[in-house]
Amino acid sequence: MKGTWELINANEAAAHAARLARVKVIPIYPITPQTMIVEVIEEFIVKGMMNAEYMRVESEHSAMAAAIGASSAGVRTFTATASQGLLYMHEVLHWAAGSRLPIGMAVVNRAVGPPWNIHADHQDAISQRDTGWMEFFVSSSQEALDSILIMYKVAENSKVLLPFMVCMDAFILSHTHMPVNIPDQEDVDSFLPEYRPPHWSLDPDNPVDMGNLTMPEEEYMEMRWSIERGMKNAREVFRETSDEFYRIFGRRYGMVHSYKVEDAEHIIVTSGTLASEAEVAVDNMRRNGRKVGLLKISLFRPFPQEETRTILSKARTLTVIDRSYSFGYGGPLAMEIRSVLYDLDERPKLVSYVAGLGGRDVTYKDIEKMVLHSEKEKGKRMVTYWYGLKERIRSSGFEEVI
Amino acid sequence: MPLTVKDLMKMEGAYLPGSAACPGCGLSLSFRIASRVLGKNTVYVVPACCFSVVQSPMPLTSIKAPLLNIAFAAAAAAASGIKRAYETLNKDINVVVWAGDGGTADIGLQALSGAAERNENIIYVCYDNEAYMNTGIQRSGATPRGAWTRTTLKGKEEPKKNVPMIVAAHKAPYVATASVGYPFDLIRKFEKALSIKGFRYIHLLSPCPPGWGIDSSTTVEIAKLATDTYFFPLYEVENGKLRITVKPPKRRPLKDYLSVQGRFRHLSDEEIERMEKEAINWWNHLLEMEKMESIL
Repeated sequence: MKGTWELINANEAAAHAARLARVKVIPIYPITPQTMIVEVIEEFIVKGMMNAEYMRVESEHSAMAAAIGASSAGVRTFTATASQGLLYMHEVLHWAAGSRLPIGMAVVNRAVGPPWNIHADHQDAISQRDTGWMEFFVSSSQEALDSILIMYKVAENSKVLLPFMVCMDAFILSHTHMPVNIPDQEDVDSFLPEYRPPHWSLDPDNPVDMGNLTMPEEEYMEMRWSIERGMKNAREVFRETSDEFYRIFGRRYGMVHSYKVEDAEHIIVTSGTLASEAEVAVDNMRRNGRKVGLLKISLFRPFPQEETRTILSKARTLTVIDRSYSFGYGGPLAMEIRSVLYDLDERPKLVSYVAGLGGRDVTYKDIEKMVLHSEKEKGKRMVTYWYGLKERIRSSGFEEVI
Repeated sequence: MPLTVKDLMKMEGAYLPGSAACPGCGLSLSFRIASRVLGKNTVYVVPACCFSVVQSPMPLTSIKAPLLNIAFAAAAAAASGIKRAYETLNKDINVVVWAGDGGTADIGLQALSGAAERNENIIYVCYDNEAYMNTGIQRSGATPRGAWTRTTLKGKEEPKKNVPMIVAAHKAPYVATASVGYPFDLIRKFEKALSIKGFRYIHLLSPCPPGWGIDSSTTVEIAKLATDTYFFPLYEVENGKLRITVKPPKRRPLKDYLSVQGRFRHLSDEEIERMEKEAINWWNHLLEMEKMESIL
């Protein structure tokens, strides 16, 4: 295999991806546990390993606004954030997608306050579900690096033209060192050529007025529809791009990642690092004769509906584990999976769990317990079980607390 | 050679006929003039403000220039990003924010401060019509004391936020106030801004006939009165050196300015007297600052 091996964490991997992608403008604002990404990028620039405009802006809202400006001027743009920072960007995330700008962002998934909590939790990214951003969840440093390169190519495809975030769990990934293959620059250059906007950019020789007021009977709804077209196309473009990445770099990524699902009667569905832990649970339970498999949802938006349905339709029981919550309903991933399965004549039993909020530890043993619980559960109940709450709550007899 | 009206008429601006502006709009007038000075090699960034509407609704536009509309609080940051991108492409293009006073003095102040502190190489223009006019006349930080708006029915109690001085305190290389009442002073300031590198800020008084309760034919006259009564002095701060650029030969009583505007009609003589004292006081401050080598 080409490239060089380094022992790095996902933050450093994301910084390497920005360097290898030859990103031109990087507006930054620090937030734990993302800060290392932008510090490493600064180091790359100071050492002459990277040539980019580094903008030390005064907020995440401005970081995303500056990224919108830079991308509008026609260059590849990158930033990184987490938690409150991502929430603070929310307004301009919509603006980026609506302007069809293929901005790239690393999101280190962290809980949102109050109370303050800097640990792993998907609430930040899940809360951006409807902004028109593509969201790719990873579960290793290598995947963090590779998926940023893949997603730039998907995002900049003229059939897509949408921004993306690569989401990685706080500390579990952002600060944990793993061996990572750093691709060679020339290989990345051939995979990901310089960005040239195929649709519009701010150019005095070809003036465009972007985003001015529109009336109900004019272009607004058409533009919203075109975002959905971009999302729809992104699935096919992702497949092609991922194949191309595999041909050059030898590593393959899907919109979903399945593990031992072929004969699985029971499939665990989750995302991020919970999926890595779930692989351990699968192996362990298989040793005890249980036919368990895993489906990791990597691409959360656009949602891989076909892939998910095909794999899950063969199972008898599903254990869906969310690391975020939609208050007043349930686990966001479970909601998506239920919806994907609705059209099947015969649907597997689906049991929804929320676990690991605010970085609360979820081990393979916990996952096994959820699997066993869902085996016994009657099913057809619109409940999301809260797993791992303190004893004083568990002993109080709430039906949704296990 | 300073520009003349004749020169100006020959220059191509970015403002086409058919805009959706109200008659007598100070924004229209100032943008029409300034875009001629700024020239063709310019892109504009516009946050939510009257200008978002004045451009005319999509798919039409009355702006013959590249223009990025952006979220309310984000103009200075977006413009900074554009300029940095051009730098990586070795393109020398003017990047100009054209924002209202709400998007400048209130919701956009943080991004403005950030860009000024970083000395981003952009021009930021605040066309100040002294309230949220696009949403139907609500008070902003830039609304002057005493002014009626729909959210200050008894008149605003607090003084106007002094944004140009806030920007000057960032040690921005160029800060100026300007007015459609003094178009040649305005032109000179845009010319000067173009000749300077770094963060440039122009705070432009832009009367709003419906919002101020004035006749649409009196925009220029009233803007002129704002300066002649010391209510809106015209000055510039270049690398810390302050210069008053328009010194009225004889100060007009503030009442001349206030009494012709519906928004000030309710004011008592005592209130007018207080406001006049404030205006004279600020003018004297400016005269003192003008004597200094640097105000910063």
